[in-house]
Amino acid sequence: MNAAFRTWALSEAPSSRRQAAWGNRYRAWLNLKGNPLGMIGLTIISIFILMAIFAPLLATHDPATQELANRLAAPNAAHWFGTDELGRDVFSRILYGARVTLGMVIAVVVLVAPIGLAVGCIAGYFGGIVDTALMRITDIFLAFPRLVLALAFVAALKPGIESAVLAIALTAWPPYARLARAETLTVRNSDFIAAYRLTGASSWRIIFRHIAPLCTPSLIVRVTLDMSSIIITAASLGFLGMGAQPPSPEWGAMIATAKRFIFEQWWVPMIPAIAILLVSLAFNFLGDALRDVLDPKGN
Amino acid sequence: MLVDIQNLKIGFKSRTGFHQAVKGVSLKLGTEKLGIVGESGSGKSLTARALMKLLPKSTVIEADTLAFDGIDVLSASERQMRQIRGKRAGFILQDPKYSLNPVKTIGAQVAESWRTHKGGSRREALEAAVNLLEQVQIRNPQVVAKSYPHEVSGGMGQRVMIAMMLAPDPELLIADEPTSALDATVQAEILRLIEELVAERGMGLLLISHDLPLVSHFCDRVMVMYSGRVMEELKASELLSAKHPYTRGLLNCMPSLIHPKDRLPVLARDPEWLK
Amino acid sequence: MLSSVILTLFGLTVLTFLIGRVMPVDPVIAAVGDNAPEDVIIRARAEMGLDQPLPIQFLHYLNQLAHGDFGMSVLTKNPVATDIARFFPATFELATAALLLSIVIGIPLGVWAAVRQGSITDQAIRVLCLAGHSVPVFMLSMISLLIFYSALGIAPGPGRQDIIYDGMIEPVTGLLSIDTLIAGDLDAFWDALTHMAQPVIILAYFSMAYIARMTRAFMIDALKGEYVITARAKGLTGLKVVWSHAFPTVAVQLITVIALTYAGLLEGAVVTETVFAWPGIGQYLTTSLMNADMNPVVGSTLLIGFIYVGLNLLADILYRLLDPRVQ
Ligand SMILES: Nc1ncnc2c1ncn2[C@@H]1O[C@H](COP(=O)(O)OP(=O)(O)O)[C@@H](O)[C@H]1O
Ligand SMILES: [Mg+2]
Repeated sequence: MNAAFRTWALSEAPSSRRQAAWGNRYRAWLNLKGNPLGMIGLTIISIFILMAIFAPLLATHDPATQELANRLAAPNAAHWFGTDELGRDVFSRILYGARVTLGMVIAVVVLVAPIGLAVGCIAGYFGGIVDTALMRITDIFLAFPRLVLALAFVAALKPGIESAVLAIALTAWPPYARLARAETLTVRNSDFIAAYRLTGASSWRIIFRHIAPLCTPSLIVRVTLDMSSIIITAASLGFLGMGAQPPSPEWGAMIATAKRFIFEQWWVPMIPAIAILLVSLAFNFLGDALRDVLDPKGN
Repeated sequence: MLVDIQNLKIGFKSRTGFHQAVKGVSLKLGTEKLGIVGESGSGKSLTARALMKLLPKSTVIEADTLAFDGIDVLSASERQMRQIRGKRAGFILQDPKYSLNPVKTIGAQVAESWRTHKGGSRREALEAAVNLLEQVQIRNPQVVAKSYPHEVSGGMGQRVMIAMMLAPDPELLIADEPTSALDATVQAEILRLIEELVAERGMGLLLISHDLPLVSHFCDRVMVMYSGRVMEELKASELLSAKHPYTRGLLNCMPSLIHPKDRLPVLARDPEWLK
Repeated sequence: MLSSVILTLFGLTVLTFLIGRVMPVDPVIAAVGDNAPEDVIIRARAEMGLDQPLPIQFLHYLNQLAHGDFGMSVLTKNPVATDIARFFPATFELATAALLLSIVIGIPLGVWAAVRQGSITDQAIRVLCLAGHSVPVFMLSMISLLIFYSALGIAPGPGRQDIIYDGMIEPVTGLLSIDTLIAGDLDAFWDALTHMAQPVIILAYFSMAYIARMTRAFMIDALKGEYVITARAKGLTGLKVVWSHAFPTVAVQLITVIALTYAGLLEGAVVTETVFAWPGIGQYLTTSLMNADMNPVVGSTLLIGFIYVGLNLLADILYRLLDPRVQ
């Protein structure tokens, strides 16, 4: 079956559009498989997602149960990653923290990608004053380092996960808009768009049915590479006390509460830090590999 | 013998396999003018660049002989090659728009060429550069020396390229389609300039082009390449009596003002040629 | 170009103004205290101009900004402008030193990776750089303190200088590494340098990764140019081909990258300063945030935005001046 799929997908003369599309996908997958860093990234991300989904099954303890007599324990057989300053099991908290992080990341992407795509496509397609106005607004948001603007937003709203997600989203959309605009500009004047226009399709239909889908591959690469930046910003907000609040097992917040033990019980703050590093590294590895595979021209 | 190439093969490895681009080319060149003609992609540039060892490291090059003035190029070190490149053999590329460095002045680029092989001070080199620009018949060499490549025309750019490559007085000049990127009116001027300089300095010339009549006009001998192979080699004067069907085909494809045709014939390719 | 810069700056001002106005904490209460009598609160509100409609408030705010007035900090009881003038040099010193270090290391690494594209060297540099993008600055800071300060004892602890030098150095530029030299106190100079080392290296790693990756990408493109073949055909050495022919064509593009990097460094400084108790804008910003002190937050954010726009403008101008291809 596998071999049959392979010959079918890699056929030099695909007989249907579907076959050609699968051929491209399969070739991209083969390229990705040949990229060791990309595969390492993909593996870690899969583990991370599984951890988040199956946290209740995998956890050895309740992440909120305190055991004050057993505070700040080093990793041992009962507590694989040790315990924190309230005697909670760090391993279980890391598992549940994966849920928080994954949830935040997904929320940000779901908010940001469509907004960026829409703003960029509209600006690029209509051009003129619409373009100027939208891009000026984009520039304003781009003119702040992401963390600084997010901090200011969170402060204005109220520290917490929801505000953090909103703040990161507000700071994350401009690069997507820029990218989508650039892609739109390259196809706007092409013949097939002109052909759609001649058939009487409305501008909105052309933008959302025909132009936006063309921008998606580069957007996927961008999102993957951006994931690590989103994760780090979220964790930094947590670390600065402006993101998820204790007792949430969000990794950044875990570090924030445990950082004062760094010199004596260094593993307590360091374990969530390593978790953040691994996941963000994994997204960067995968994004870098995907860029080579899907978007060979970009850098 | 300035250049001696026997059975040169050049190939590229890729993810999907191996692509043989040049499949056994042989040629010899003394102090004479040899033209290499063939359609685009036939391996002309690869052959010329292999001789100067200018191909990417990943390129697979094999040959029974690949020698410049008796020096085996395949086994030569980078240091040895630098004694040949520029100093003993100049190499003119196709389009001055891309082959000149966009952020360095023309004077600096010519002077660098001179100074690398002849030494001397920066000022001497710059004076020599202006002098060279004059030799390639640039009218206001002082001004041109101070300008950047994008500020001059294509024909002027190619003159600069020639000046740069002649700076260290080489024995051989390789010109890879030196006029293909230029306007038709300038093409003849540039070729005439090359011809004059080559005659004046008694250099060998390897002129690559896809324009058969043009090459035969300027060269002593013509070598016709197709798909990485030599189809035929003949004296320029005997071109009209060429036997090979590919050469005849190339000649027939040329529009002519004297015997206009309604429709230019399409070159019919015979797989037999590749045997 | 100038008009778009002015528009952007205006937008920045509007944005920070709005952020400042939706703070969850009532700045009047924050200023006069929870249990101040009603009439005091009303008077304070009027004094602070907060009883006016938003557009009027905004005009008032603009007017204040034009006079370099960012309002008062509730926490420090100083004008925000004074605080910023006091804290900014420390951040500037940190970020600039980190930038210089990352340029000096990042550019050669990027060029090296490009020249050796696809080799083990290239892969190693790629991993090094991706790691630089992936590691949270606060994590590196903690590890560094743990190893070099706590375990090995070879690095000084948090802060900008040892307490024994506190108040001994006359602030001239506000940059300790320079002020100590002006004062001629070499011990204090060395002390300042060793305190800078950890935060600077950590920040530099982050920006070095970015600079190296961009350099690599630009150089790979540049090395494909026909002029590189020309340079080799002239008989130049590999080093000359790379550094005096390919590199100059990308140097101008790198200016923009470096300007962007500086903005990233200011962001990194916010976190690093918190971990290293470095008395700069970053720490000022986070401390004010924790205490819902509005004016310093808005002031520092605005300052960083303005610096960013200014740097981009500078990069643009340099680009036009230095690249002969742009008229
Ligand atoms: N770097 C390369 N990788 C793969 N194939 C190449 C490379 N350079 C040249 N070729 C192939 O070699 C063939 C001959 O190229 P070239 O010598 O440049 O032809 P031309 O006769 O037009 O100068 C072409 O078909 C080209 O596709
Ligand atoms: Mg060619």
